[in-house]
Amino acid sequence: MDIADFFDTFFEEAEELLSDMEQHLLELDVDDPDSEQLNAIFRAAHSIKGGAGTFGFTVLQKTTHILENLLDYARKGELTLRADLVDTFLEAKDIMHEQLDAYRSEEEPNQEAFERICQTLQQIALDEIGQQLDGPTIPAAEPKAAPAPSENDAQANSNNNAGASSNGHLLVALLNVEDKDRILLVEELEQLGEVQSQSGDAKRYEVVLKSSDSADDIEAVMCFIIEPDQIEITVVEGVAAEPTPAEPEVSTPAAPAPQAPAESTPSKANTTKPAAKEKPKKAAAESSSIRVSVDKVDQIINLVGELIITQSMLDQTVSDLEDQSVGNASLQNGMSLLQRNARDLQEAVMSIRMIPMEFVFSRFPRVVRDTAGKLGKEIELITEGKSTELDKSLVERITDPLTHLVRNSLDHGVEMPDVREAIGKPRIGKLTLSARHQGGNILIEVRDDGAGMDRDRLLAKARENGLNVSDTMSDEEVFQLIFAPGFSTANEVTDVSGRGVGMDVVKRNIQSMGGRVEIQSKLGEGTNTRIVLPLTLAILDGMSIKVGGETFILPLSTVLESLQPAKDDMYAMAGDDVVIKVRDEYLPVIAIHEVLNVENAITDPTKSIAVIVQGEGRRYAMLVDELIGQQQVVVKNLEDNYRKVPGISAATILGDGSVALILDITGLHRLSRYKKEAGKKVVNNQNLSSFKEAEPS
Amino acid sequence: MSQANNGAVLAAEAENREFLVFSLGDEEYAIDILKVQEIRGYENVTRIANAPEFIKGVTNLRGVIVPIVDLRIKFHFDKVEYGGQTVVIVVNVADRVVGIVVDGVSDVMTLTPDQIKPAPEFGVTLSSDFLSGLGSLDDRMLVLVDIDKLLTSDEMALVESTSNH
Repeated sequence: MDIADFFDTFFEEAEELLSDMEQHLLELDVDDPDSEQLNAIFRAAHSIKGGAGTFGFTVLQKTTHILENLLDYARKGELTLRADLVDTFLEAKDIMHEQLDAYRSEEEPNQEAFERICQTLQQIALDEIGQQLDGPTIPAAEPKAAPAPSENDAQANSNNNAGASSNGHLLVALLNVEDKDRILLVEELEQLGEVQSQSGDAKRYEVVLKSSDSADDIEAVMCFIIEPDQIEITVVEGVAAEPTPAEPEVSTPAAPAPQAPAESTPSKANTTKPAAKEKPKKAAAESSSIRVSVDKVDQIINLVGELIITQSMLDQTVSDLEDQSVGNASLQNGMSLLQRNARDLQEAVMSIRMIPMEFVFSRFPRVVRDTAGKLGKEIELITEGKSTELDKSLVERITDPLTHLVRNSLDHGVEMPDVREAIGKPRIGKLTLSARHQGGNILIEVRDDGAGMDRDRLLAKARENGLNVSDTMSDEEVFQLIFAPGFSTANEVTDVSGRGVGMDVVKRNIQSMGGRVEIQSKLGEGTNTRIVLPLTLAILDGMSIKVGGETFILPLSTVLESLQPAKDDMYAMAGDDVVIKVRDEYLPVIAIHEVLNVENAITDPTKSIAVIVQGEGRRYAMLVDELIGQQQVVVKNLEDNYRKVPGISAATILGDGSVALILDITGLHRLSRYKKEAGKKVVNNQNLSSFKEAEPS
Repeated sequence: MSQANNGAVLAAEAENREFLVFSLGDEEYAIDILKVQEIRGYENVTRIANAPEFIKGVTNLRGVIVPIVDLRIKFHFDKVEYGGQTVVIVVNVADRVVGIVVDGVSDVMTLTPDQIKPAPEFGVTLSSDFLSGLGSLDDRMLVLVDIDKLLTSDEMALVESTSNH
């Protein structure tokens, strides 16, 4: 998968973030800003910066970086907000949007706007807080002194031309400007220079101006009142007595452009704005996808499921009919067509949601390489479980937190190569990303073999930040501190991480997905950050089994093999325990019908089938009556309307519309032990409802 | 909300309310019609192991997994049969969808505030905590069940009492 595949995702995300940012900015009460809102604005900027950095959108990244810095001050209360500052932020947001659009249509963003906004923001920082921000610094005195090399020729050319006109005449054409605005604009122009003549109508009003200012400066002033594309500024050669509504080209051949070597595009050279606009746009880039709310897709999935069931009922009815009536061939045809279409529809709908983790993982080689390069570290990235399928909504939402975690690991976890060598580790640090199903969850891990977390340092930092901590806290609790808002042990704020905002976002995002984050860390040996996400709507490769009259689903990933147990291989142990010998290994035996109280099941082990399963490193043989087959099932949460059931991870709906329960391998083992420990006593319901699933750690 | 309803009923100042009347054995019960999502037949229920007896299991309601509670078992009725008349009332309580099995649904009744009498303190099987009153209608008596309270109560074991997340 190519990184370009993620561009669209980024553009969509960034667009959403920008509109969020705008909304929050608009809602913001400048006199009494809500800190949640400031945080939200800041986080949006932070996320855009991260994404832009990943994809190499330097201009967008830099713009966001400066804005983010300012927002950070605002968030901390070091910058007092005023309405005009918010206006500037909004302007910055608009420019970021333009930059985004430019990147989307594979163009370089407008360099002028970029420099202008950077300078404005820097100025705010200087005026309000009295410090220069890091990031691109543009000399305030001469903003256009050094146009970046990336700037296209036409643009540079027009700049030069505009500059060259310093002492000349400019033909300023105002397009579609209302009368009242026009009067204002002409007044403005009079401030800037000497208005030689003016004429025209609302559609095109031309002013000849003798001014020492460059066309860009004039345009910048006027842009406060009207849109940039309403202005056309042309350099007029010599003294133009009459405004020439003719082609701008008249002036071109002799345009006084001493330092304009790129005179090769004369037709564009004289008009500043059209030069930037005339590039062909890739309109097709716009509508390649649409964003639809997950609820709507869920609703469709449910409805299609019902449709399938209704269809099979109809099918049954029709096939019963066939015996008695004649001439129903067309009905038969219709039915088989309906069946095929319904199945296709179901497949298509299901495929909307599910994508493999590879989609997420494949963007990380780039992230890791760039980040490691920036930090001067050597990293080997290993990914496991790429084919684990995950709900699209989860995939979308897991990407950002995962990026933060990876960056964090690289920045704070893995040591510098020299340090690693000195303490006897390989120079190259190892970062592992893995994904797999576990119990009723999806487990995504970010493991590094770096320095690990220093408990004492975390505690000290927490105290410094005024958090309520004590020395008796468990390691897990201490490690969780890094998720506190604003918490960072990094000494420097870098481009990569250290602001303490990342981890705050990580936890928030994961919690909003109904998941949790756990950290295991050993000082000197590395850190393992585990994201546990619920299976909501993930598709599971299942093995359907039958016990008594009941159907259950086993997650296929837990099934190792199945066999018919021979009497000689079964050994009874003290109490009720039975073990089975499978290739020189003794495995405990758990009979499903006992654990789940299934009636009419096969009780003779030698007549049943033993499925060897593995969960959380524990292996056992599960006795079932019958294996039915393999199928993909949609995982449905039991807890939505009911509660967690011991030994059951979730439910699914079978082809006939009935519900089948998905077995939780580890949970069943625990349940079996629990029941055995309860001895011969009848396990009553009260007891069982107090039976709590121990959280897998 | 149920408490608010309750209070309002006791204060006899609420407007007329509509109830869905259903039967359990020979007795007539009623629940607030606004809680009712739909009524369907009893079929295709998947048993849940180790659940209390009155939780019959779960069923598929247009893609949603819905637990089914048999109130007859919960209220210790002697005769619990599943036949053509047996219906499931699907109710919406506390953002959940739950189906309750009853012997039959008869009417929708409108009760005026003065037709609703406070429930006396009685009963071990059905604590008066779970009643919003008794409806008297000519010679009939309706037991008005506060379905919200009943289904979210600990003893129904439908809702996780203490969340471990």
